Amino acid sequence: MKLYGRYFSIHLRSAMQYPASFWMTFFGQFLTAFSAFLSIYFLFDRFHAVEGFTYQEVLLCFASVMLSFSFCECFFRGFDRFPSLLGNGQFDRILIRPRSTIFQVLCAQMDFSRLGKFLQAVLVFCYAIPASGVEWTWPRVLTLCGMLLGGVAIFAGLFLFYAGASFFTIEGLEVLNIFIYGGREFGSYPAVIYGKAILKFWTFVIPMAMIQYYPLLFLLGRTDSVWNALSPLATLLFLVPAYLFWRFGLRHYRSTGS
Amino acid sequence: MNFAAKYVSIFRIRFVNGLQYRLAALAGISTQFFWGFMEILLYRAFYRADPTAFPMEFSALVSYIWLQQAFLTLYQSWFFENEIFDAITGGSVAYELCRPMNLYIFWFTRSVANRVAKAALRCLPVLVVAFLLPEPFGMSLPVSLPVFILFLVTMFLALLLAVSMTMIIYGLTFYTMSPLGLRTVFSSLAEFCSGALVPLPFLPDGVRKVLEVLPFASVQNLPFRIYSGDIAGMEIFWGVALQVFWTAGLIALGALIFRNALKRAVVQGG
Amino acid sequence: MITVQHITKTFRVARRNAGLKEAVKALWKREYDTIHALNDISFTIGDGEMVGYIGPNGAGKSSTIKVLSGILTPDTGQCDINGRCPWKDRSSHVQDIGVVFGQRSQLWWDVPVIDSFELLRDIYRVPQNEYKRNFDELVELLNLSQIVKTPTRQLSLGQRMRCEIAASLLHSPKILFLDEPTIGLDAVSKLAVRSFIKELNQRRGTTVILTTHDMQDIEALASRVILIGKGRILLDGALENLKKQFSGGKILRIEYQGDTPELPNGLSWQEKGENHGVLLLAPELLSVSEAISSLSAQVELRDVSVEDTPIDEIVANLYREYRI
Repeated sequence: MKLYGRYFSIHLRSAMQYPASFWMTFFGQFLTAFSAFLSIYFLFDRFHAVEGFTYQEVLLCFASVMLSFSFCECFFRGFDRFPSLLGNGQFDRILIRPRSTIFQVLCAQMDFSRLGKFLQAVLVFCYAIPASGVEWTWPRVLTLCGMLLGGVAIFAGLFLFYAGASFFTIEGLEVLNIFIYGGREFGSYPAVIYGKAILKFWTFVIPMAMIQYYPLLFLLGRTDSVWNALSPLATLLFLVPAYLFWRFGLRHYRSTGS
Repeated sequence: MNFAAKYVSIFRIRFVNGLQYRLAALAGISTQFFWGFMEILLYRAFYRADPTAFPMEFSALVSYIWLQQAFLTLYQSWFFENEIFDAITGGSVAYELCRPMNLYIFWFTRSVANRVAKAALRCLPVLVVAFLLPEPFGMSLPVSLPVFILFLVTMFLALLLAVSMTMIIYGLTFYTMSPLGLRTVFSSLAEFCSGALVPLPFLPDGVRKVLEVLPFASVQNLPFRIYSGDIAGMEIFWGVALQVFWTAGLIALGALIFRNALKRAVVQGG
Repeated sequence: MITVQHITKTFRVARRNAGLKEAVKALWKREYDTIHALNDISFTIGDGEMVGYIGPNGAGKSSTIKVLSGILTPDTGQCDINGRCPWKDRSSHVQDIGVVFGQRSQLWWDVPVIDSFELLRDIYRVPQNEYKRNFDELVELLNLSQIVKTPTRQLSLGQRMRCEIAASLLHSPKILFLDEPTIGLDAVSKLAVRSFIKELNQRRGTTVILTTHDMQDIEALASRVILIGKGRILLDGALENLKKQFSGGKILRIEYQGDTPELPNGLSWQEKGENHGVLLLAPELLSVSEAISSLSAQVELRDVSVEDTPIDEIVANLYREYRI
């Protein structure tokens, strides 16, 4: 933890060496999240509700997904940018150091400008939490925390898959954007609006719905099922195959060196 | 003729280079399929919520989305080449200046080639399947032959316009020397204003009217909506006029920025 | 002690052909080449030895370094470094090695060098007193006191390389791998780096394995040379023997007055000028003193210098000899 703090401080000071560029990028990130928000705003301005979800309810979903996503983009950046670590030999350097590889990749890059998105998500949250009409009880507050935690678990897992896959192919990686960026983009709306089949996909393949649709029903009081409240925790299981796949990729890398 | 020959050969090299990435193309095709599908499902949900509030024919929207996915790499606003940024910030642009050609045209050609090479591998499979899909997911044919020709013309101009915008960003990088901030701000603005996130007809009238005058709307918004007949009649004429105006204007602006930036770079000795 | 036995490693790489037609064809079908990066490599290196590992580009130098540092697992063969197998016991093995890649930095670009050092101290869990001792020693020997507070990006290449080397030694490794440590450095920095490595080897008894294209590095540092080409070890021996075997003779530079002299058997012109010249001497046919006396009998010698064949030429001869 102390070591992580040291990395953190180095990254922060490095970023602050170029304040103009940093704040411009920060602003750009804010803008990216803001235009995603605007899209929702304008669509609801026209249609008012979708599949029984109101604007404010959807914002709750949007903000929690955006919050966990931008958190991962900031702090798990090493996995997100893993192909470049492989390409420039930085990963070889990691392998000749006596610390866990995952930990070192985690520490290899941090992109604080991504917190521009984070900030935007926080602002939307500040609006949506009171405006969504949820009666905030302790179980609901905890469920909301679970949604954020689960979101981090999903995106962290997806990044880990992404990094693991880059041991095999750099070209084919784009396909994982379906889940990473698709998850962020389409995760803004409760997964049920895309239909039954897609809901199943976002439940059993990538457990995106576990951090938005199911717990959202619990928050909104449309179900009292404990399972809905606990569903975000199920996403922690997603980390297991992600980790195993990473290990598999690493073994491949060390036997081919490419 | 000789003048053009070297740029043709740059185009060729870049194009061939782009063709090497077959796996990337396959991955891109899958991504674009998935994306298009999810988009259509999303708008279907809104359509069901209130069909009367839908600002365009549903089939026109479906065509719009599939065209967008098929030609994503032609128009996407965040398609920048890191090599070019590195050449500018790292100073190796000096070598480029030693070559007997215009840097603006050189990079312009190269960017066009890269985009076309990527699109060439990706658009056909996406389009073929999009035509074969059943209602309401399938893509419809263009309204008429003249419309289709206009569609092709505006597609081409839109490509030049999209590249001319990125060229301005490259040009400004000579001054800022750090591309990231500029690039992020530009990309997110352009994404929204060009109708890449939400097609422009879905925006409130006031906002839409403003955006439709900006250059961003002349990129994908115009050809895709001409295709499905969403823009028709005199509107097409004005649209094309505006598109020509912006394309010429932004190319001129970009070339001007390049000329000044390079003059400055030479004076400063790189 | 490093023992490497029969290490083999093959890679498969996609073949790329030029031209539009080929590029389109490659969309459907791709051909692969098998490359024997390492082909039955064996050697032993004792503690405290300094070994130069040479060979042309793509000969397998960096693959060997990768295997020895535990990054790469070979197809077959054994390796034992101080009782550990690098790729099996990687995490404990790497605690004992230091690696300097001449072309890649391990220092953080935008923060002062000392921050990178302290980060490395924590990564390697170096106790504070040991760190302090190493730090002081390295700062003194490498003359870093003026530059450790400077951000890396503001250092010259020579200063940076000195810092890189210090960074690899903070955890007192028993073995140091240097991959082209003097590449791109000016003459003064090269000398500084070389004399430091020598000093380090003598003081701490660190085993040094050096890959380089700069034969002056080898001459200054390595008493033993391993030559690798096309994945095989072609030669392994003392630098002196190598010189004798492949030198192809000594070089005589002369300045003289008089007519161009007749050369005795064993002496030949390499360069022939008016009143001066460069001669090549075959030591097995003629001794230096015989050559000089034969020449001075014919002309008035004003100046004579005798040189060994430059080591660059020896290596070029070597590469030619082995067709690599």
